[in-house]
Amino acid sequence: MNAVVSAIIIAFVQVLLFVFLAPLLMGVIRQVRATIEGRAGAGIWQPWRDVRKLLAKNPVRAEGSSWMLKAGPVALMVSSLLLCVLLPLVGTIPFPSIPSDLFVIVSVMLIGVVALALVGLDGGTAFGGMGSSRHMTVAALVEPTLLLSVYALSIPAGTSTISAIVETRLFSPEVIISPVSVLALVALSIAIMAETARLPVDNPGTHLELTMLHEAMTLEASGRDLAWLEVGSWLKLAALLGLVSNLVVPWGVVTDFSALGLAIGVVSIAVKVLVLGVLLSVGEIFLAKVRLFQVPELLAGSFALAFLAVTASYLVA
Amino acid sequence: MTGIGAGLLLQLGLGALAVTSALLAAPSLRSRAGGILCTLIAVTGFVTGLDALLGATGGLLIPIALPMDPLLLAPDRLGGLFMLVVSGVGILVSLYSMSSTRGPDASRTAWVAMPVFLVGMQLVPAATDSVSFLLAWEIMTLGSTVLLLADHASRATVASAGIWYSAMSQLSFFFILAGFAVLAAASGGTSFTNLQAIEPGSWAANVAFVLFLLGFGGKAELVPLHVWVPRVLPEAPSHVSAAMSGAMVKIGVYGGLLVCVRLLPDGPAWWGIAIMLVGGASALYGILQASVSSDLKVLLAYSTTENMGLVFLGLGASMLLRGYDATAAADAALVAALLLAVSHAAFKSTLFLGAGAIIHATGERNLDRLGGLGARMPVTAAAFGIASLGAAAIPITSGFVAEWMLLQSLIHGGRQGGAVVSVAASVAMPLAVAVIALTAGLALLTFVKAYGIAFLARPRSAPAADAREVPPLMQLSLALGALSVLALGLLPGPIAALVANTVSSNPTAAVQSVGLGGVSLPGIGAVLDPIMLVVLSALVAIPVVVSIVVSARRHPHRTVDLPWGGGGSRARPRMQYTATSYAEPLVRVFDDVLKPSRDVQVTHVAESRYLVEKVRVEQHVSDVIETRLYRPVLNLFQRYGIVVRHVANGSIHRYLSYSFVALLIVLIVVSL
Repeated sequence: MNAVVSAIIIAFVQVLLFVFLAPLLMGVIRQVRATIEGRAGAGIWQPWRDVRKLLAKNPVRAEGSSWMLKAGPVALMVSSLLLCVLLPLVGTIPFPSIPSDLFVIVSVMLIGVVALALVGLDGGTAFGGMGSSRHMTVAALVEPTLLLSVYALSIPAGTSTISAIVETRLFSPEVIISPVSVLALVALSIAIMAETARLPVDNPGTHLELTMLHEAMTLEASGRDLAWLEVGSWLKLAALLGLVSNLVVPWGVVTDFSALGLAIGVVSIAVKVLVLGVLLSVGEIFLAKVRLFQVPELLAGSFALAFLAVTASYLVA
Repeated sequence: MTGIGAGLLLQLGLGALAVTSALLAAPSLRSRAGGILCTLIAVTGFVTGLDALLGATGGLLIPIALPMDPLLLAPDRLGGLFMLVVSGVGILVSLYSMSSTRGPDASRTAWVAMPVFLVGMQLVPAATDSVSFLLAWEIMTLGSTVLLLADHASRATVASAGIWYSAMSQLSFFFILAGFAVLAAASGGTSFTNLQAIEPGSWAANVAFVLFLLGFGGKAELVPLHVWVPRVLPEAPSHVSAAMSGAMVKIGVYGGLLVCVRLLPDGPAWWGIAIMLVGGASALYGILQASVSSDLKVLLAYSTTENMGLVFLGLGASMLLRGYDATAAADAALVAALLLAVSHAAFKSTLFLGAGAIIHATGERNLDRLGGLGARMPVTAAAFGIASLGAAAIPITSGFVAEWMLLQSLIHGGRQGGAVVSVAASVAMPLAVAVIALTAGLALLTFVKAYGIAFLARPRSAPAADAREVPPLMQLSLALGALSVLALGLLPGPIAALVANTVSSNPTAAVQSVGLGGVSLPGIGAVLDPIMLVVLSALVAIPVVVSIVVSARRHPHRTVDLPWGGGGSRARPRMQYTATSYAEPLVRVFDDVLKPSRDVQVTHVAESRYLVEKVRVEQHVSDVIETRLYRPVLNLFQRYGIVVRHVANGSIHRYLSYSFVALLIVLIVVSL
């Protein structure tokens, strides 16, 4: 089959799958946490019910808030959907003129980061500004780690296209357990935890003003505005977990298009993302949120790992 | 006479006409006449530059009575590119200044200086010998100094900025003059063709390189010669700041390229490393200062240092990589540096003009007192927003394409055909990527802060609440600037191909245009097609937007008079986050570099020291380089000046005796 058509089909499947999967992933993460903590929990479908509820409400907007409160959530949603289109999640067949280039993907993600930060400021309250300021500080400090860790992963493949990186790891699995790759993956995971506001950088379960990052920015949003903000953030988490799982366990991903391969790809990425979600949730039980001003130390540590990975791959390999 | 020669002559003629009209026109007509003539000068320069960029040759020969070669103005492709950039900014600025100037900004002197400045800037890239280069350089500096001083009578800070600017630009000029002198002495001629004959490894070339780096680095606002920037750009009238930051600084970049690409190509490896170090340090220091600044124009000024740092980082990387024969990556890095310079001209001049519009409407440039301008000044907000996206290197703007290309060249430059090119490159490239990444991250924060605090939320002061949109001509200029940012970002392919022509011997191997204006780097194997990205975003946005439209019909939104504010019922505008508080976490994180001074005064209630009546917090972030590097030198000079005051105390007898002694010494020396 034509490469363009198969790329379009895979992108379409990825978007549909992840829009379905992202709320489910959140439900699983919350339910696992509740079970381990000895609570009953709301069930794994609760995020879906929340979204349905929010979409059926009349949004409340403050006087003086601008179009940003309406457009920002859409921008975040579009940026997350673009991530689902561009990242090699179900398959590695890229669009011809928009390959899943590392820098393009990072900057598409940054569109969402900026949109969320501006929504936080637009409310005109202390909370929103505080969340926005912290969010942007973390985002700024994460970026070197993010770029360098994928740079390290890109060296064996010889290209910064993420689908090519995943294919290289699929066809020569010894790359996955090389020290360079392990260092880079650890660094990348820390960066992604910070980028998606998970523990130990942010506590997604809290509404205490001293600890809020992500939640503070969404305080003024309600109804469908809030729904898009939430779904957009969940989608981003799901897509990035999908990327990590495909980098660690690339098997199952579609490289040559076929109906059976597509089915295997869909099932395998869904299983991988959910398993990673469970692992994330279990891991978070043992972590406390670090103080805001210790986050830079954590990020500096992850940056050191990423830098080591890049230079090692040059000097050792 | 060729087209280029005629264009240059026409520019000079129009310049003379503009000066005359500024001197003679009635005050009510002065701005209109000056603005129209300056626009014509810039348009002529634009066409001439485009002609040269597309490969036309020819020029303007000016015979002089001195015993040396006549002055020849004949831009090559690279010169044409910079003429184009400078005059493009000139068009925006001239249109804008027609309705923005008032009071001392519209004085006779200011309108005489404006065409002089514009013509001077456009002649520098056209020069083909060091004498005309230096002459045009001084015309440019003179024009800009006078323009800066327009408002010196009413504000003391302007006068101080003027002194800093004059001192620093004369220092730059001295270094450049010395550099050309060294090269001219070694080659025996002043024309660039003569200077090209010098061996890049020779001592003369090395000395000249250092001198040029200091000279052009000063003009391009590189650390540690950037100290004039945070004083001068904020104090100058906004259209002048836009011209300085958007155009004049590019002339410094042109100087760097002239030396490293045209006069002394293939220099030793340490040149590339030195430029990368200076560029990287400037990028980080500039953006760090910009991110913690609450003064909109200081923020933009420091961000200029950052961008020029990235341009020089790209230039240095290309020199280093060329030394290791990684030609494809080297060419891509150089084209990226040029694209960054071009896109910076577009977005930074728009940002400065936007800042000018804010000042025009509110009289404020302190972000802490702005807010809510988006609803009051929609055109300014849109233009400033688009230009901010460009400055933050977000896709479909010009800044993103340039940074993407730079990063691509860096991550592919370390290896050539699977083999590591050198140890130096394998440390330098990751470090450069990290510097660019941190810079990009902080730039994002900076411009989210600038846009979000100024244009969103609720007004933080009465002038911001009463702001009105600026006059139509200023809006037009802002809109043109924003459009150019988008155009450069959406059609990078053809533009990058044109730019590659100016510096690469084999441009199609370095950069090609693909698809709908997309850009491809064949030597590296990377492709970027912004228009396809827009189409894709539109496709995924359709279902979201449709569902919003449907939902908005069924569940219309409700407006309440106060934001919820976490349940606080008295969420007043002054309780919002300000620019200072926005950057507070960053000030803490980079405490060691920024060295902020903080003063907290707590006043207790008289009855009990457990109750606080008021708290006063003052935070000041000063330029560490200025206080640590320049102040001691200045203090030394000051002490020397006090000592010398006794020697020259104004007594005529003493001065006569000095002359007498001097005469005696001369006679003795001659007689020996």
